[in-house]
Amino acid sequence: MSHPPLVEVRDLAVSYRVAGERVKALKQVTFSLAPGETLAIVGESGSGKSTLANALLGLLPGNARVDQGQVWVEGVDVAHASERTWRTLRGRTVGLVPQDPMVSLNPTLRIGRQVAEALVLARGRRYRGVDADVQALLAQVGLDAPALRARQYPHELSGGMRQRVLIAIALAGEPRLIIADEPTSALDVTVQRRILDHLQQLTAERGIALLIITHDLGMACDRADRLLVMKQGEPVELATPRQVLWGAQQPYTRALLNAAPAFVPRRRPRAQPGQPLLRLHNVGKQFALPAPAGTFTALQGLSLSLHAGQTLAIVGESGSGKSTALRIALGLETPSTGHVEYSGVDVSGYSWRQFRPLRRRVQLVQQNPFAALDPRFTVYDSIVEPLVAFGLLKGPALEHKAVELIRRVGLPEQFLDRLPRELSGGQRQRVAIARALALAPEVLLLDEPVSALDVSVQAQILALLDDLQRELKVAYVLVSHDLAVVASMADQVLVLCHGQVVEQGPAAQVLGHPGHPYTQALVAAIPGHSRSVLPVAV
Amino acid sequence: MKGYLAGRLAQAVLVLWGAYTLTYFILYLLPGDTLAIMLSASGMEADGLSAQELAQARAFYGLDKGVFEQYFALLWGALQGDLGQSLSLGRPVTALLAERLPQTLALAGTAIGLSLLAGVGLAYLTAYVQWRPLKAALARLPSLGFSVPVFWMGLLLIQVFAFGLGWFPATGSQGTASLVLPAITLAIPSAAVYAQVLQRGFQGVWQEPYIATAFAKGLSRAQVQARHGLRNAALPLLTLVGLQVGNTVSGAVLVETIFSRNGVGRLAQEAVLRQDIPVVLAIVAVSAAAFVVVNLIVDLLYPYLDPRITHTAKVS
Repeated sequence: MSHPPLVEVRDLAVSYRVAGERVKALKQVTFSLAPGETLAIVGESGSGKSTLANALLGLLPGNARVDQGQVWVEGVDVAHASERTWRTLRGRTVGLVPQDPMVSLNPTLRIGRQVAEALVLARGRRYRGVDADVQALLAQVGLDAPALRARQYPHELSGGMRQRVLIAIALAGEPRLIIADEPTSALDVTVQRRILDHLQQLTAERGIALLIITHDLGMACDRADRLLVMKQGEPVELATPRQVLWGAQQPYTRALLNAAPAFVPRRRPRAQPGQPLLRLHNVGKQFALPAPAGTFTALQGLSLSLHAGQTLAIVGESGSGKSTALRIALGLETPSTGHVEYSGVDVSGYSWRQFRPLRRRVQLVQQNPFAALDPRFTVYDSIVEPLVAFGLLKGPALEHKAVELIRRVGLPEQFLDRLPRELSGGQRQRVAIARALALAPEVLLLDEPVSALDVSVQAQILALLDDLQRELKVAYVLVSHDLAVVASMADQVLVLCHGQVVEQGPAAQVLGHPGHPYTQALVAAIPGHSRSVLPVAV
Repeated sequence: MKGYLAGRLAQAVLVLWGAYTLTYFILYLLPGDTLAIMLSASGMEADGLSAQELAQARAFYGLDKGVFEQYFALLWGALQGDLGQSLSLGRPVTALLAERLPQTLALAGTAIGLSLLAGVGLAYLTAYVQWRPLKAALARLPSLGFSVPVFWMGLLLIQVFAFGLGWFPATGSQGTASLVLPAITLAIPSAAVYAQVLQRGFQGVWQEPYIATAFAKGLSRAQVQARHGLRNAALPLLTLVGLQVGNTVSGAVLVETIFSRNGVGRLAQEAVLRQDIPVVLAIVAVSAAAFVVVNLIVDLLYPYLDPRITHTAKVS
């Protein structure tokens, strides 16, 4: 290498003090980063990748300690640096693009002020023309109407726009390294792709090195020059994407690679003829807006039918009407036009009371397993709640049913006494599935069931859902923005865009030969899809 | 915005009327003959008067009419700015209020200012201090503050600063010096509540990802706390300030009694004891009005502190 490395980490070990004990978060991490290089650090939650990012920014929490090793940033040993040293490095040498743009901007300050703050810090003092610089920076990161954006507050911007603002803040100090901590995991796929493209272009133009922290091996292979794969605080592999994809040496990397839902439409038997369990016919939903805006059309002309044992996937980005469609199917919302049929019975005009018996037949599994369980209910309480609410079982029969349900979702019986906070994300999602199955429903609505989980856990949950469908002949309506998940589960696919159905049909056809430009964009945005070296079939 | 304001004002009028009506009927339901109480207050015995004299007195004070008739007469007068005559003091209630209100407003105003200063200051300091033992000690101060009874704190302050050191007068309502001890006494419980809530606010805000963003820009701890922490942590405080105004009114009754100040609080206490319905009603109306006005101001201030809140209809 002709340049001295920008960052050099040698034999770094970091530990946290948790409940009086020291827990090792990083062990023997060694790597270096050259100016202008893009390095991806890949691993699951708990692999120490965020700890590593924080160590490079001097933002380790109070209970963390660097036990051994050295970290050089631009030749300065910062492993035990003072806060004063760090302040000269942060912003000006190392910039951060944080994980969740929705919560990473101060909600009470205007965008312009938050960007200006970073600019003023970098220049060392307040100066004339800072407003012009703020607007220039906002324009560079691809925001339209920068003068307007500078006056707006974060809540007035979409997630993608906020992420662009955060990139502008990171660029403001003209750093030599930008650390992007899961920069786009909270965003829609097509937005993800545009923002990553833009970030890479900006850093390449300026010769800024990029450190991407991610759990998505496909995305890392697309973007990085080199990958550092981490497992439980230890680096297991440091290689180029090509080396990783064609001959991952470590079993863990191979496992990560295999765990990512492959983009292979599964072949499944055709739908059995007969009456559909759930049928939506030409359903639309309008919401009234305050005058003079009139009405907002959330959904229009949605027709679908779902047969026993089949999976129908609804694909679309935020604001596409996915949630409205789910709420209508669940009977939580009445459609403005069209009608909903359960086993041939039109229920669109039903009152809340009339609808209640039908709720046993349709159950919901929600997106975020961390929020979907009552933190004060034990697993047992959560699972039996639907049975108690409908007064179906009592006493020993109830306990027996709870044991049966928890075994069915692959958890040991002892888990019944636990509280949600004692469970991992995947285990919680299993509990949520057990709860949804308690009433033996015919249809399960899955609202982004795995998007909050690690890839390897995603694969386990998807496998569980597949087994359950085979055994119980339950039908799924899957709402997802992840086409890889959709491809591995769905028989039918329905693509929504701005409340309109743009494409609908068998999964293999819609995903294999997308007809509509929007579907094509979605398919193209799948990480790893553009790369011909990726050994997965499309 | 105009529609919002009009709605809020109508709501305020409704609250005032409700408070007035409720108080009137509760007072009416209290056991005891109003005339007998009035007579004993002026040193006479009801038994010493003839039935005719009693009837005359009743008619003079309007006590011979029915409950509702008396109520509507009082309400009609109040709407015209006439709050009636005090039954026990024989003076117009408006004159009484005009005499006592400034004392209480000065006391309550000073106390609210002091409590905000002390509460916010303490919480800010707690958030800034990093030396653990001191941080823990500061974090425990608020619970001490509101577990100490107001009367005991008042007596303690009198003992130390009036009798012991002689810096401030123990009683009376003349001059600024006499305001200091009562205002401190009244401010302590509110300050403790503000400090507690703001400490919690800081704890929560410190975990927010935007704080990490601010640090990553290269800001110092003091800058991060002042520019990004305080405003976000203080959001719940505003609602609390509105609610604490009510406590300040009831606190004023205690404090004015302890420090023998001629304020509305003491007037209220005396009026309740003598069942002086017009005076009590007027005081309730005034404190309800203060409460409603302060809370309206709080609600109007909210959008300035938190831009996510808006009182105008949003068009998306």
